[in-house]
Amino acid sequence: MFGNDMLDRARKLFAAVDAKPTERSIGIAISYAPVRLWHWVNAAAILMLSLTGYVIGTGTPAMSGEASGNFLFGYIRFAHFSAGYVLSIGFLLRIYWALIGTAHAMQIFWVPLWRKCFWREVYHEIRRYAFLTVEPERRVGPNRLAQLAMFFMFTQTITFMVVTGFALYGQGAGTDSWQYKLFGWVFSISPNSQDVHTWHHLGLWVIVTFALVHIYAVVREDSCRAGASLL
Amino acid sequence: MGGATETFYSVIRRQGMTRRSFHKFCSLTAASLGLGPLAASSIANALETKPRLPVIWLHGLECTCCSESFIRSAHPLIKDALLSMISLDYDDTIMAAAGLQAEAILEETRAKYRGRYVLAVEGNPPLNEGGMFCIDGGKPFVEKLRSMAEESMAIIAWGTCASWGCVQAAKPNPTGAAPIDKVITNKPIMKVPGCPPIAEVMSGLVTFITTFGELPELDRQGRPSMFYSERIHDKCYRRSHFDAGQFVEEWDDKYARKGYCLYKMGCKGPTTYNACSALRWNGGVSFPIQSGHGCFGCSEDGFWDKGSFYDRLTTIKQFGIEENADQIGMAAAGVVGLTVAAHAAVTAVKRLTHKPDRAAHKSKPS
Ligand code: HEM
Ligand code: HEM
Ligand code: SF4
Ligand code: SF4
Repeated sequence: MFGNDMLDRARKLFAAVDAKPTERSIGIAISYAPVRLWHWVNAAAILMLSLTGYVIGTGTPAMSGEASGNFLFGYIRFAHFSAGYVLSIGFLLRIYWALIGTAHAMQIFWVPLWRKCFWREVYHEIRRYAFLTVEPERRVGPNRLAQLAMFFMFTQTITFMVVTGFALYGQGAGTDSWQYKLFGWVFSISPNSQDVHTWHHLGLWVIVTFALVHIYAVVREDSCRAGASLL
Repeated sequence: MGGATETFYSVIRRQGMTRRSFHKFCSLTAASLGLGPLAASSIANALETKPRLPVIWLHGLECTCCSESFIRSAHPLIKDALLSMISLDYDDTIMAAAGLQAEAILEETRAKYRGRYVLAVEGNPPLNEGGMFCIDGGKPFVEKLRSMAEESMAIIAWGTCASWGCVQAAKPNPTGAAPIDKVITNKPIMKVPGCPPIAEVMSGLVTFITTFGELPELDRQGRPSMFYSERIHDKCYRRSHFDAGQFVEEWDDKYARKGYCLYKMGCKGPTTYNACSALRWNGGVSFPIQSGHGCFGCSEDGFWDKGSFYDRLTTIKQFGIEENADQIGMAAAGVVGLTVAAHAAVTAVKRLTHKPDRAAHKSKPS
């Protein structure tokens, strides 16, 4: 089975990472280049989506002139949808990279919640953020707390936003569009799309909250720790 | 009741309608269903030759707005034709028969047209306390509904009541009012939501079913695609103002007078599937948005329980107090932001006071 192979490989790689936490020879620099590139494309798309999404939710102040001479809201929505495509395609590529890359590339999709040592590391990170210790547990990849946040607040939320975003998009594109055919099932779960709008809108705030914590954590890490690099 | 070979055509001729009027009716119907020009003659042919399809119209918990809408179909021909067709069988609100005589018709149709009649349901059954909140003919309505549904060919769920539950199912729903697809699960059900549905939609669908002897194509929610595949927003004549970013800010501002888009006033057009912006109401005279008020989504599931009619998004009650998505999100982000700031402050203080620690840490390989 493809899935099992993948998981097996991930487990082995994790074991390798855990065994040699300071070893640089497992190709981090190489495997991280695409992830870094993706990171910034992704962050830019999310910035665009959050700003335009918020404006879509609130509406613009009235534009003067004839309707035929203005297309402001249309452009804002267009920007949102374009950034939505960038985000979604990037996310798909990121998943692909997770499957072919190193175990590190898997970390935002794969949280070994059932492993004791995982929780030991989480506990350690909590102590570190509570100023009870200064040593980071792992030197490679995100720390375990960051990994948890990435999995639960980033990966899950982005998946949710892409699915609900395209479902809403399908409503505008029409019931015979591919977006509706592929994502219309959302409306079998939630028949009134008003709720889908509401949840999609709440997702914005989950992402904003994640970004706040994330950016703080990486800046703090950068200034506390010599080896870590922001970019 | 007539014999099995009675056709729709023979019935309306008996009611005094001319052949010329009959053909007008057929072409009108074909046009309103969006069918091609040839459909008029196939409709005429079907109505002249096929045995008439009996329609039974039941009323549960409802306000009769569906019937009121139905009898106001734009063209008098449609109204007369359909009413004569339906009142022949059973509709306890508008038929001539009453009491035991009326109930006898139900049993007779059920037995005689087994599997060949259409059951139209206006309103819905309350399920709590054994259904005793709606007694019809001495029995709980839900029993009547079940027994008539059993032998029917297909079921029409008229309006938001039968389709989704509507206001009688609003929280906390003491009577347990439930949409009919919660009770009947083994028959094709066509939902025609709206409070009420548009007259031309209703008459068009009845004609389609009686003509072709089957339900039209239904969408994911069980609604006929021909009338419910687009949102109010998709055909709204104020849409150009939406795209331009021209919104009404208050009910009596100058933008309202200019006819700008009602998005900011909580218009539910972007989330509501119905034909109002295409067919309009009262014979095409107007529809709510044209009269200056936003759509409030009367044909959508749960529209009665989603908070104010003047908010676009659903009010979220899970947090004890009623809030909207932005209030909750900003509060959460704010709390997290403050926590981050506090944490940063502590980090800075620690760093200043723990210089040696940090130096030791730095000297290790990382
Ligand atoms: C981080 C990702 C995203 C964020 C933060 C975001 C944010 C938002 C917000 C706040 C709204 C306004 C909701 C409302 O109040 O009705 C919105 C609407 C919408 N979003 Fe997104 N969104 C994201 C991703 C996407 C994606 C990937 C798509 C897919 C193309 C998408 C498509 C839409 C659509 C179609 C609407 C409705 C526009 C309308 O009704 O005119 N979004 N988004
Ligand atoms: C000033 C802005 C930002 C900076 C400086 C920054 C910095 C970083 C750094 C240094 C990492 C690497 C952590 C590691 O691998 O140990 C990282 C990872 C990550 N960041 Fe950001 N980031 C920023 C904004 C964002 C935003 C806005 C998002 C999305 C909401 C985001 C999502 C992520 C994700 C999902 C990862 C994990 C990448 C992976 O391993 O696949 N970042 N970020
Ligand atoms: S008035 Fe309502 S339905 Fe019409 S364009 Fe504006 S939001 Fe859409
Ligand atoms: S405009 Fe909206 S609220 Fe008004 S009748 Fe149509 S669907 Fe119902």
